[in-house]
Amino acid sequence: MIVELGHFSLVLALAVALVQMALPAWGARRGDRQLMAVAEPAALVQLSLVLFAFLALMHAYITSDFSVETVWANSHTAKPLIYKISGVWGNHEGSMLLWVLILALFGAAVALFGTNLPASLRATVLAVQAGIAVAFLLFIVLTSNPFVRIPPQPQGRGLNPILQDPALAFHPPFLYAGYVGLSIAFSFAVAALIEGRIDAAWARWVRPWTLAAWMCLTLGIAMGSWWAYYELGWGGWWFWDPVENASFMPWLAATALLHSALVMEKREALKVWTILLAILAFSLSLMGTFLVRSGVLTSVHAFAVDPKRGIFILTILVVLIGGALALYAWRAPQLQPGGLFAPISREGALVLNNVLLTTGCATVLVGTLYPLLLESITGAKISVGPPYFNLTFGLLMLPLLAAMPFGPYLGWKRGDLAAAAQRLFAAAIAALLAVVTTFAIMWRGPWLAPFGIALAVWIIVGAASEWATRVQLLTGQAGRVWHRARGLPRSAHGTMLAHLGIGLTLLGIVATSAWQSERVVAMRPGESTEIAGYVLTFRGVAPAQGPNYQEQVGLFAVTSSGSPVTELSPSKRLYDAPRQATTEAAIHAAIAGDLYVVLGDELKDGGWVVRLYFNPLVRLIWIGAVVMALGGGLSLSDRRLRVGAPRRARRAIPSSLFTE
Amino acid sequence: MDARRTGKGVRQRPLGPPILTLVALAVLALQLICPVQAVEPGEMLKDPVLEARARHISQELRCLVCQNQSIDDSSADLARDLRVLVRERLTAGDSDAAVLAFVEARYGEFVLLRPRLAPHTLLLWLTPLLLLGGAVLALVRRSRERVRAGEEPQAQPLSPAERQRLDEVLKRQP
Repeated sequence: MIVELGHFSLVLALAVALVQMALPAWGARRGDRQLMAVAEPAALVQLSLVLFAFLALMHAYITSDFSVETVWANSHTAKPLIYKISGVWGNHEGSMLLWVLILALFGAAVALFGTNLPASLRATVLAVQAGIAVAFLLFIVLTSNPFVRIPPQPQGRGLNPILQDPALAFHPPFLYAGYVGLSIAFSFAVAALIEGRIDAAWARWVRPWTLAAWMCLTLGIAMGSWWAYYELGWGGWWFWDPVENASFMPWLAATALLHSALVMEKREALKVWTILLAILAFSLSLMGTFLVRSGVLTSVHAFAVDPKRGIFILTILVVLIGGALALYAWRAPQLQPGGLFAPISREGALVLNNVLLTTGCATVLVGTLYPLLLESITGAKISVGPPYFNLTFGLLMLPLLAAMPFGPYLGWKRGDLAAAAQRLFAAAIAALLAVVTTFAIMWRGPWLAPFGIALAVWIIVGAASEWATRVQLLTGQAGRVWHRARGLPRSAHGTMLAHLGIGLTLLGIVATSAWQSERVVAMRPGESTEIAGYVLTFRGVAPAQGPNYQEQVGLFAVTSSGSPVTELSPSKRLYDAPRQATTEAAIHAAIAGDLYVVLGDELKDGGWVVRLYFNPLVRLIWIGAVVMALGGGLSLSDRRLRVGAPRRARRAIPSSLFTE
Repeated sequence: MDARRTGKGVRQRPLGPPILTLVALAVLALQLICPVQAVEPGEMLKDPVLEARARHISQELRCLVCQNQSIDDSSADLARDLRVLVRERLTAGDSDAAVLAFVEARYGEFVLLRPRLAPHTLLLWLTPLLLLGGAVLALVRRSRERVRAGEEPQAQPLSPAERQRLDEVLKRQP
């Protein structure tokens, strides 16, 4: 019964979304306030209906209702509760429902918090948002209905064991919040094009939404990477897999959008470009959804190999992206160009950021799609793998990373490069020291690595020193420093943290790529082996029983220069349903890096294959991502973003005072 | 970092260009991922230099039965055969390029993770350069045009409605 109500509620949501799409848009064209006012309640009702449908599905999973097809196909009574819940979105149908739920959530947030928006802009934004919802609700109802009933089955088929993991349980919601959050920027861009008006206030409204989406995307991607690191069992953390790329491209575009919206907000420049970027960022999210859902890329991730769905999503893609781009081509030339600036200026630096990020993004896009296109046109099959991406994307990011510390030091409109360089003296010295020290310690190479470390140090110290100068950390009195830090806009702290986070991540990437050590050995119980200063003694393997799996657990005693450090128990699991094996790595985290142990196959002579890795500083990769997201959060809490533009304009202050 | 001195079985990964990345996505059906248990102890060569080269080459070759995995990361039988083949060629004295060419001749271009530069991959390799060049050109042209066009852009003229409102406001002032 609840399942039917959920189904009904979903169809009702589709009807509400249709109304929310049509009436407010029409009202905005005619200047009819009553029609425009339909948008907010409609957005809230749509959210309640989709939420109800989602909860109904969750209820079916929790109660293991195996008369529902998706529950039967993806759940099992013996599964721990948390994985029954995460199972809701661990499959195609449910994950699309989550997608639409988050879409409705963002729409409702605009309706609730957007009260300071001009009425017609808000109505148009909500109408566009509803248009996206209509497309995806239709998709769910027509091709991927999670509420389809089957004759009741005694037991479900279970969730892929590799997905039964806490990090992966919460990875999709974050990622989707990021993908779908970009829809707001998209709706704002389309609304601005329809209205034919765009100004600094527009950028101020768009920025917090983009920032929130970017934060979620950052955390979602980091979570996926962290999961891949400990679950897939060989310490890799990024594989340039098409589906990884599908999440990385919107991240790159969103990062570019954040920076260009900044220029637009402060200086009214780059308007036309910012609009295009907002459209592209969400288009890339949609394309990611298409790539994953259609099974076009038979990647490790594709779980909906169903051409009907693929064609449906492709249609949505063509209509939404094509429509938005056509609107852009038609209306954008009518937008007024913004302020001028010298090449060496804050704007110039942000343009450089945008050029490199979008080129990088396009490179990833081309690398991901090229084999598909080539095969469909000429029939030739080629692979584009990590070596291609590391080379091209890596080279494009080098100048961006090297230039990053300069950005915040340059003035708006016209900057002084020499003065900025002077202020970065400390960072340059630190980077130089880093090269020398790294060469001294790691003199056996690889010879490029110390420069990578130096680049990371340059970014970290550069970001920190800009902030330190502003609060007068070294020159001011203690009390003043605190006062100044309090007085600094939160977005300044946010910028510092986000840039610092990039540096930390880079440090982790360079260190672990350059100096990872690996040992693959056959060990019999009682034998010892050594890696990176640790001595591991193999005690043996014992069987154990988990809630829905059996496992063989290896036991290793770890010592370092004679004194015991820890005990590690990597295991091999065999899940009951579906019957599938996984390996669980055991990791000992220390400041210098991770000791990573994987239990391999049993050998005929009673020994076991054991894989040992030492991944230096690898944790910085994810710590850096968390720091970036924290920076985003701080920026988001900035008063200037919360207050919003219109309220400031009411004060009778000439706007010229705000152009710092 | 004493590991580097422990001799065979220990390898150092060559540093790719520093990549700024985070990563990986939600993954859903991993049946296609071959269990990741690469290189077995028995396969490894005694000579550490040769073994390191073998590992490097392995990362450039795709496992044809798994999806998106190099033979270095895969435990499929085919990947094992390829790893052994790579080591045989190396022991026979082939250069790295010769080994890659040998494997490509047998298994087709699909096996190479780094596509070779050829007419049909020209666009792939040139895209980053073309885009970057195009962007720089466009920026230079635009800034020249705008400098030639003169100062700051003209302020947007008031619409009749705005003009009327302004007049009203001004009239009300004493």
